[in-house]
Amino acid sequence: MPPVGPRSGDAIFANVERVNAELFTLTYGAIVRQLLTDLEEVEEVNKQLDQMGYNIGIRLIDEFLAKSNVSRCVDFKETAEVIAKMGFKMFLGVTASVTNWDADGTCCSIVLEDNPLVDFVELPDTCQGLYYCNILSGVVRGALEMVSMKTEISWIRDMLRGDDAFELQVKLLKQVPEEYPYKDDE
Amino acid sequence: MGREVSESCVDSLLTEMVSMYCNRLYANKPELAASRIDAIGYQVGHQLSERSSARTSGPSSSKKQIDNLKTNHRGTFVLQDNRFRWVSRMSLDPSSENGDLSQENSEAADESKAAQEPNMHLHFSCGVIKGALHNLGIACAVSADTSQLPACSFVVRIKP
Repeated sequence: MPPVGPRSGDAIFANVERVNAELFTLTYGAIVRQLLTDLEEVEEVNKQLDQMGYNIGIRLIDEFLAKSNVSRCVDFKETAEVIAKMGFKMFLGVTASVTNWDADGTCCSIVLEDNPLVDFVELPDTCQGLYYCNILSGVVRGALEMVSMKTEISWIRDMLRGDDAFELQVKLLKQVPEEYPYKDDE
Repeated sequence: MGREVSESCVDSLLTEMVSMYCNRLYANKPELAASRIDAIGYQVGHQLSERSSARTSGPSSSKKQIDNLKTNHRGTFVLQDNRFRWVSRMSLDPSSENGDLSQENSEAADESKAAQEPNMHLHFSCGVIKGALHNLGIACAVSADTSQLPACSFVVRIKP
């Protein structure tokens, strides 16, 4: 039987429950501002945002797999494309692109030119060192970990720091075989 | 602006924000966690109302209109929502959302803490209402009554 093909990002987004982005953007902004007040170090704020994202990612992956009809990706390359074209679209309503592959196909960049998280956001000079969108890298890392890919993610470009786009570098560290998740290390 | 995001984005963000304050930052100080969550809601309400004064107030940002509005004509209003979106799922089965996560979150699955979380979410909503009303020049105190979940009442007491 031919498999049911994956749906396009637009089709998935059209079918999920959606809300006005303003509530999302303002809530995220308020959380970041409150964290900056509560935690002394900007570095600690970055860490908490990343942890929030990670916890969200390990749950969102289920919803993504259930609604997208994506079957197992053959490799990391395909996985990155799926995240950029379908994952970002399904949740944030925007599409990202994948570029800057390294020779062995284990490191690439996800580039986001439109990002609802930063609508109406301007960072004061006192926030140097803040990765405002760090929740996004956490989400991607968490989601990938649930499909057995250990990654390290860092920001290369950030529009809030004057760059022309958001660029997330995703480096595949380890692909854990899925069959025996509880097996001892070899 | 007609931009939209998936509802799960907002739901997950609120859930994680509450869990971060209750389980990581102020794990042993629920009253501090509550005040921070309230403050975040306040900022959101204040800004929402600034951006769209009179178009929406707090509860309708959770995607529906309130079900009932009562007043004693002496400065107390009760807003009732018969099925409050942000607590209905959690309160019915508090442990399922956090059930199968990795160790970082194992404490979130702890039943007593999970049972507190719907109440913690309510601090956010109370903050939203308070912030929105303050922006309209109305000083008030807001509390929530969840004795009949998933129905939820917000009691707004206008300060004279």
